[in-house]
Amino acid sequence: MAIEKTYAEINAKIKSGSVVVMTAEEVISLVEEKGVSEAARQVDVVTTGTFAPMCSSGAFFNFGHPKPRIRMQKVWLNGVPAYSGIAAVDAYLGVTELPEDDPCNSNYPGEFRYGGGHVIQDLLSGKPVKLEAVSYGTDCYPRKDLETYITLDDINEATLFNPRNAYQNYNCAVNLSDRTIYTYMGVLKPDLGNAHYCSAGQLSPLFNDPNFLTIGIGTRIFLGGGIGYVAWNGTQHFPGIQKDASGASYGPAGGTLSVIGDLKQMKPNWLVGTSFIGYGTNLTVGIGIPIPILNEEVMRCVSVSDRELFAPIIDYSKAYGQRIPGNLGFASYADLKSGKITVNGREVITAPLSSYPRAKMIADILKEWITSGDFYLTEPVRLLPSHKDGITAKALEVKDL
Amino acid sequence: MSPKKIILRFGKDISTKPVIYHLAKDFDLVFNILKASVDPYKEGVMVMELTGEKYEQGLEFLKQEGVRVQPLAEEVSWNQEICTSCGACTDICPTGALHINRPSMEVEFESDNCIICKACVTVCPVRAMEVKF
Ligand code: SF4
Ligand code: SF4
Repeated sequence: MAIEKTYAEINAKIKSGSVVVMTAEEVISLVEEKGVSEAARQVDVVTTGTFAPMCSSGAFFNFGHPKPRIRMQKVWLNGVPAYSGIAAVDAYLGVTELPEDDPCNSNYPGEFRYGGGHVIQDLLSGKPVKLEAVSYGTDCYPRKDLETYITLDDINEATLFNPRNAYQNYNCAVNLSDRTIYTYMGVLKPDLGNAHYCSAGQLSPLFNDPNFLTIGIGTRIFLGGGIGYVAWNGTQHFPGIQKDASGASYGPAGGTLSVIGDLKQMKPNWLVGTSFIGYGTNLTVGIGIPIPILNEEVMRCVSVSDRELFAPIIDYSKAYGQRIPGNLGFASYADLKSGKITVNGREVITAPLSSYPRAKMIADILKEWITSGDFYLTEPVRLLPSHKDGITAKALEVKDL
Repeated sequence: MSPKKIILRFGKDISTKPVIYHLAKDFDLVFNILKASVDPYKEGVMVMELTGEKYEQGLEFLKQEGVRVQPLAEEVSWNQEICTSCGACTDICPTGALHINRPSMEVEFESDNCIICKACVTVCPVRAMEVKF
């Protein structure tokens, strides 16, 4: 008999304390031993996790109104500009934003020691952050400038809202040129000197729900050490199935999520300000998504292992920057994690940018939350587009004016 | 005279062997190589203890030969609290002092293998590697 479970049934089990939860790593051997059907019968929820730099992240703030009032036209937090083209004392701080006086790459490769991501981590650590604002002054908002210190407790709202996180899959970056290059994928040594990848592989949320059968708008998740929700699909959400020139399939890629949550209940060890030499700043974000085992198909998807997941190998010295299509082949996450892959017939050493041990910790924490009855699953309000919807990327055409 | 610890860096074009041979033969210096390695840019790095009356002359000779000499006064330390075990430093570190333990994928730092090249200090995205004096 086919196994069917509803969200309500699983939540009832969480309430009664009888729910069975496993991480996406643990479930692999269970399915190998017992098969998909038996595993789907035994397990109610599978938890996933990822902890990696995610550039498209940031937070909305409402600072509260000073006396006299100001319509903040420009805002800086510890010298890092925040976008304030919204209501009077609202602003959005992006994690890749840099202080106005950062030397950037004028002293190549720049160090990028501090940026928006670091401001967010400082706020979470309870540190006072300098708030500066200027304005033109209006009849209703007379103040023209302001300088003060704020802490996360002092302000009204702080909402983490990340337009694109949790990439389903990511490139494996190499360098075919004869000089060291500094990228958002780390330092890539010349002449295939190393290869960097950035995914938790078998633990990664969207690798475990490749067809978007369960993750959708309103899905409750682990976000930055607290609770968050899937808000929408992420920007550049182009779910697809990777194929090589001969048409052979190399599994899913391209899906992304937009996530939201109350920053005030998040933790500085799960939202970490990050600097990439020669590139810029970022925020390393911890995300964990529970996958309800609604049926055998969902169980089959979560049982995927690193051997069956593949990253396309891309040259970041030229092909990436110049948008030259194609790749140098695919590498399985099992091989990437082993420390060596073969590219163009040569052995290349690998290193991750995404922390597998932290991803595992997140999946374990989420498992613990669910098992102890502190975290219930939500049924998505709407599911997200999958590869079946055939969404493709548009390039930006630079037109002659 | 007590032994002094120094770091020697050799460009690609300098062969280490004759240089070290001359240190011993021409300057009567006793050396003890603590670590030796080749970094990503094919530059040789050697950490050694040197003892002998003609220590200063020996250093002068090394400099003339184009070897960069640095006293071993600094130390690179790993702040385990800050380290996220991302792994980004592990293929940059020339000696394997920073490495991944498999299958846990936890990153570990063995200070004994560190040659203080400082490559990890700017590469680490969360600044977990610190130079101490
Ligand atoms: S300084 Fe850093 S990169 Fe250099 S040997 Fe020591 S640990 Fe490795
Ligand atoms: S790059 Fe930094 S955070 Fe990442 S493993 Fe190395 S020391 Fe730890």
